[in-house]
Amino acid sequence: MKVSYFPGCTLKTKAKDLDAYARKCAEVLGVTLEEIENWQCCGGVFSTSRDEVATKLSSVRALKAANDKEQPLVTVCSACHNVIKQTNHQMQTDAEFADKVNRYMAPEAPYGGETVVYHYLEMLRDLVGFDKIKEKVVNPQTGKKIAAYYGCLLLRPNKVMQMDDPENPRIIEDFIRAIGAEPVIYASRNECCGGYVAMESPELAKKKSNAVTSNAAAAGAEMMVTACPLCRYNLVKNGSEIPVVYFTELLADALGVKEDTNA
Amino acid sequence: MHNKNQYLQEELLRTSGVNPKKCMRCGKCSATCPAYDEMEYHPHQFVNMVESGDIEPLLNSKSLYRCLSCFACIDRCPRGVEPAKLVEAVRLAAIRKQGANHLKADDVPAMLDDDIPQQALVSAFRKYAK
Amino acid sequence: MQRIGVFVCWCGSNIAGTVDVQAVSDALAHEPGVVFSTNYQYMCSQAGQNMIKDAVAEHKLTGIVVCSCSPRMHEATFRKTAAAAGINPYMVEIANIREQCSWVHKDMQTGTEKAIILGKAAVAKVNLNTPLTPGESPVTKRALVIGGGIAGIQTALDIADAGFPVDIVEKKPTIGGKMAQLDKTFPTLDCAACILTPKMVDVAQNDKIRIFSYSEVTDVKGFVGNFDVTIKKHARYVKEDICTGCGACTEKCPMKKVPNEFNLGMDNRSAIYIPFAQAVPKVATIDPNYCNMLKNGKCGVCSKVCAAGAIDYTQKDEFIEEKYGAIVVATGFNPISMDKFDEFAYNQSKDVITSLEFERLTNAAGPTAGKLLRPSDLKHPHTIVFVQCVGSRCDACAEKGKEYCSKICCMYTAKHAMLTRDKYPDTEVYVFYIDVRTPGKNFDEFYRRAVEEYGVHYIKGMVGKVTPEGDKLKVQASDLLANKQLHIDADLVVLAAAIEPDKSARPLATMLTASMDTNDFFTEAHPKLRPVESPTAGVFLSGACQGPKDIPETVSQAGAAASKVIGLLAKDKLTGNPCVASSNELMCNGCSTCERVCPYGAITYENKEFRMPDRTTAIRRIAVVNPAVCQGCGCCTVACPSGAMDLRGFANSQIIAEVDAICK
Repeated sequence: MKVSYFPGCTLKTKAKDLDAYARKCAEVLGVTLEEIENWQCCGGVFSTSRDEVATKLSSVRALKAANDKEQPLVTVCSACHNVIKQTNHQMQTDAEFADKVNRYMAPEAPYGGETVVYHYLEMLRDLVGFDKIKEKVVNPQTGKKIAAYYGCLLLRPNKVMQMDDPENPRIIEDFIRAIGAEPVIYASRNECCGGYVAMESPELAKKKSNAVTSNAAAAGAEMMVTACPLCRYNLVKNGSEIPVVYFTELLADALGVKEDTNA
Repeated sequence: MHNKNQYLQEELLRTSGVNPKKCMRCGKCSATCPAYDEMEYHPHQFVNMVESGDIEPLLNSKSLYRCLSCFACIDRCPRGVEPAKLVEAVRLAAIRKQGANHLKADDVPAMLDDDIPQQALVSAFRKYAK
Repeated sequence: MQRIGVFVCWCGSNIAGTVDVQAVSDALAHEPGVVFSTNYQYMCSQAGQNMIKDAVAEHKLTGIVVCSCSPRMHEATFRKTAAAAGINPYMVEIANIREQCSWVHKDMQTGTEKAIILGKAAVAKVNLNTPLTPGESPVTKRALVIGGGIAGIQTALDIADAGFPVDIVEKKPTIGGKMAQLDKTFPTLDCAACILTPKMVDVAQNDKIRIFSYSEVTDVKGFVGNFDVTIKKHARYVKEDICTGCGACTEKCPMKKVPNEFNLGMDNRSAIYIPFAQAVPKVATIDPNYCNMLKNGKCGVCSKVCAAGAIDYTQKDEFIEEKYGAIVVATGFNPISMDKFDEFAYNQSKDVITSLEFERLTNAAGPTAGKLLRPSDLKHPHTIVFVQCVGSRCDACAEKGKEYCSKICCMYTAKHAMLTRDKYPDTEVYVFYIDVRTPGKNFDEFYRRAVEEYGVHYIKGMVGKVTPEGDKLKVQASDLLANKQLHIDADLVVLAAAIEPDKSARPLATMLTASMDTNDFFTEAHPKLRPVESPTAGVFLSGACQGPKDIPETVSQAGAAASKVIGLLAKDKLTGNPCVASSNELMCNGCSTCERVCPYGAITYENKEFRMPDRTTAIRRIAVVNPAVCQGCGCCTVACPSGAMDLRGFANSQIIAEVDAICK
């Protein structure tokens, strides 16, 4: 199976391991990630304002590139996923916006949001299947009590993201089960870590991150997994008592390819 | 009631797509907001104040730069009002003014550490500057 | 040729204000068939009606046109007038020159012009009217009540009291419904069991009432006065007439780990069980999903300990067919699922409960014997947070919850808060509300007592997130009046979940051809004037199946539904509507199109012998309309390809004549 892949800036710099493990694991699972040529930064955050057009063009270009190859578009970073999926949704539902974008980009055929966007986790669930992952696990993470940290961007706004129940999600928990570990459910898994406000108000980010990590630790978690580099940064920087790792790293470990990944 | 901000109000409602008349004043947005204590005007007040045309105080408030864009108020609002979209629209109205950028490139180096991901930088620029 | 009289009403200034009534009566005087035309201030008054009667006698009228208000308003009045004057009531036509003319036009000239046109159409129709006589059908003098909660119980008791036999069909093993699960009832705080169980006993002892418990209605045929109903009695594997309800079997049953639905899963029951001590009928039921004997043939303990010999593992579902004159729907409500509202952590903590679960936790017969203990660790909670409007008053675009106000939550939450403070003064009780809605007798006084005498903290605002951590529930909420975000460490959180109609209501509505709204509440025939009747004749509504209701309102409505049923069953014959479809058998080609479109199942086919022109006989398949079932909707007349089907009183020829008169 071949899919278009949008790694995003952070995965090329501060979160190279998130990217490297994702590529290696995809190989093992029989998925070819074809990196989009000349992709551009998604901007990190989606503007809900209907008159913000220029800032969304890079996402549309990525979507269009996948569409030209008739492939679904896969992202790993939660932020890229959120921006690209919301942009795609706006292309589908906001005719005035789509018209402006198409006039500006002047593609051969207008783009109308046809590309199917998957987060890597959704790819595991819907295209590969957690059952198949279970079969491929050679190093089951038995006994590990792992807390899934969704944060905001994977789940919300639910009307657009449609990944899972935004208040009672299970996709990462199912992933954790698939690699043989035990998920720890805790209420703050879908609360914000502080996000980009860490730049402006590190105290606010600290307060929010601590609330999340202490809630996970109190629930008995020994480790947290996330898909978002900024979440991981905030949680770790603000002194999480328990390690915070990318889900792709855990997957690589379970699939037995962690060591030979050049991360 | 005379509304001196009618043009701006209409613009905010149009670009955000929010209909504040759907609000039933339950306060769930403010109950769920993770940045509440850092804001002088809270999500439910954005809805009320934009609806009544009382927009100036919002334009000048630091609340604009404390919203985490976590979209929790959007998902949890029982009336589908989507307050965060209104906060975003007001923020854009503020920073689109000449010289009104909230974040300047010169300020950035002091904010950095070795681990901060690019994502934080680009996001902050998107949210705080034009 | 008809001799038609035209009577134009002024309706005071309602019509005369925008319609020149004199011009209308003058213009219509020259229409074909019209021999008399006049106008008068109030045609519906005694004097107006007498004017009609006198004109009938004087001008030997055979048809009447009244230009007045909507036929919904006074058609029946003028038909009676006609009958009194010796004319068939169906020779009267109303031209609506008020609602559809004078009220919508501002200009006298346009109004007058339109009134004349409408009058001409009515005259054209009367020219083709024929006298009609309504048919009659007998009434089966027995009622069916579907649902055995307080609504069904009260309706059944009231019908039985009037001397008519009633059957109650209840899908659970006992009657009693939601009220049997409640602890105290607002606003007087009487114990629910103390006022309900005597009524349940009355039902059991009333020789006019039969209870089909653990049963469902599976089919309904027929029409008002003559329903044929099939009831499926589920096998309970216990002979109802022999079981004494002694409870020996439930004690000895080795399978004791079945979630107890009566206590909402907060404790367990045995596989053979009696839902609660005051159950009616007090008969055991075996749950086939958990009974080892039924599942794999290993056990049989209950059969051994039953002194009466009531256990019967071979019992099968039984189908009962019965005739009824009237059907009352009393299928009640349930709290909605909290799955989509997990920001309140209902699925994450046992100490986040619904209000109905709270009722069981405070009920002496509940899982904690009435002591308020939190489910997770059975400790006494000190800080309790109540959240109102969970899933109520949600906008459709929020994609979860219900759009309506569930109506009962404000009052039961005030009750819970008050009782908690009364019994446990060491508790802090918070109620988060959006609005407190207490429109009922002594309701607001009750809520104020909770605040003023019992010190319940009412906070205007909503809870945004509940985070279980350690043995606390961290509640994050807004206090809108103080403009603050509150953080409360609670021991117990109680969610006032929205209520919705029982899931059995929708398939039942289909069987009954009774209409429902988008929320699956049954629709009443008129929201103000016929609140307990469904639009389907002979089907009545009782309790929360029609909309959220508290107990006082439910009982009033139950009594009202009963009185409507009694009114129906007291009749020996029902007069039908003569404006029904009929098929011209010489034109019918037996194609079945009309049968397929008929929403009431009123059309059947029969093979009939015809004498052909060449004196041979032939057997042809033709449509036959049952006039007692036909509602006169006209679908068949439109669908019939050969033009054989026509509607009496609204024949195709009459409609065309009206259109011609308008277009002339």
